[in-house]
Amino acid sequence: MELEAVVHPKANLVMVRGRIDHGSSMTFSELLHPHLEKCKKGNPPLILNFSGVDYISSAGLRALMIATRFARNQGGRLGIAEFQPLVREVFGISRFDLVIPCFDTLEAALGELA
Amino acid sequence: MQVQFWGTRGSLPVSLNAEQLRQRLLSVLEKAAHAPAGTLDTAVGRAGFVDSLPFAMRGTYGGQTPCVELRGKDDATLICDLGSGARGLGNAKLARFGPGQPQTYHIFISHLHWDHLMGLPFFGPLYIPGNRLVIHGCHAELEAAVRLQMSAPGFPVDFSLVQGQVEFRLLETGRAYDIAGFRVEAMRQTHGGDSYGYRFEQDGKCFVYATDSEHKLDQEEQWAACIEFFREADLIAFDAMYSLSEMVSVKADWGHSSNMIGVELALAAGARRLALFHHDPLNDDASLDRLLEDSRRFEAMSRSRRPPLEVISAHDGLTVQL
Repeated sequence: MELEAVVHPKANLVMVRGRIDHGSSMTFSELLHPHLEKCKKGNPPLILNFSGVDYISSAGLRALMIATRFARNQGGRLGIAEFQPLVREVFGISRFDLVIPCFDTLEAALGELA
Repeated sequence: MQVQFWGTRGSLPVSLNAEQLRQRLLSVLEKAAHAPAGTLDTAVGRAGFVDSLPFAMRGTYGGQTPCVELRGKDDATLICDLGSGARGLGNAKLARFGPGQPQTYHIFISHLHWDHLMGLPFFGPLYIPGNRLVIHGCHAELEAAVRLQMSAPGFPVDFSLVQGQVEFRLLETGRAYDIAGFRVEAMRQTHGGDSYGYRFEQDGKCFVYATDSEHKLDQEEQWAACIEFFREADLIAFDAMYSLSEMVSVKADWGHSSNMIGVELALAAGARRLALFHHDPLNDDASLDRLLEDSRRFEAMSRSRRPPLEVISAHDGLTVQL
């Protein structure tokens, strides 16, 4: 599990890599937290680039749900972009794509959130 | 060991209404109109055509609330919960045995909510002298709850008037019981007022009944205990009432689980078969078909190097041989 901030003029862009499952969801939340704190009203949106995520379990989705709530409570905007097909499918199966903004491309996320 | 589902719906009974049935007939006729020439000319051809349709088009998951029959060697009958499905089960027993062959029924109650008890007053064998019903449960209020639902003004026949012999037995978690040739264990589950899952073993086969249970994703101990309870089960009847997003958001703390959690727990436990159970009354047959397909996809994605888990969706009338 690895998170890396990438400089971008319109967003706080974070590359996420690895599996987000029961064993790593806590680490994911801890690594995400500093980025979430900056996701507040008046700041650029936080966009998670998921192109490096090859699996997500229920625990990982729950971590994302909590992160989304945290951002919303601060007036921030959070979205996920650039899914691998299987991970995108899990978002559909879980219906999380109805509660967390999901985008096929970074450009689409920027167009909606930035 | 054989498991038969008599009621698989959660919360309250439902049924197809006239418009839903009409729409279904129209969709079947539409398919029939495009069937290859001659397919429908014979009875065998018509049966084959019907059998080729998706389950949601040729059948229905049904709408009775939870009741599951477990038959073991020596024809011993165990029953999990007495939802409205118990009526059909009772009628089948009366048709088979009649009043001349008294039977013993060992009944295991997951919890005392009405969708799990409402079938008892309509369970025919209850009224036949000589029949014996042994009602097992883990709630101290078990007997009081059963008596209460068969008393005025809620029901016209008072519990004191039943002619079968009814006994109540309280079980405890953390120990194993030998009941009618089965090894039985109970596990406390997260649900309003608590619920209990049951693990039944006989001759190397295992059935786990685990409904009305919320699996909190941040409760590591509970998660691990559940995996142990499910360990290498041949079949798990699992509360798959909500989507995962519902379960962790708007319906958090409502006491139910999701199909994805069921797949994850069953895979971790090395179980062989998972039956989605306690269907949401809001889900129609087509929705339940999609839920099953989604669950199978998620199993394939999550399995990794573990043995495959067969995922099925329970419907009223389904029989599974273990």
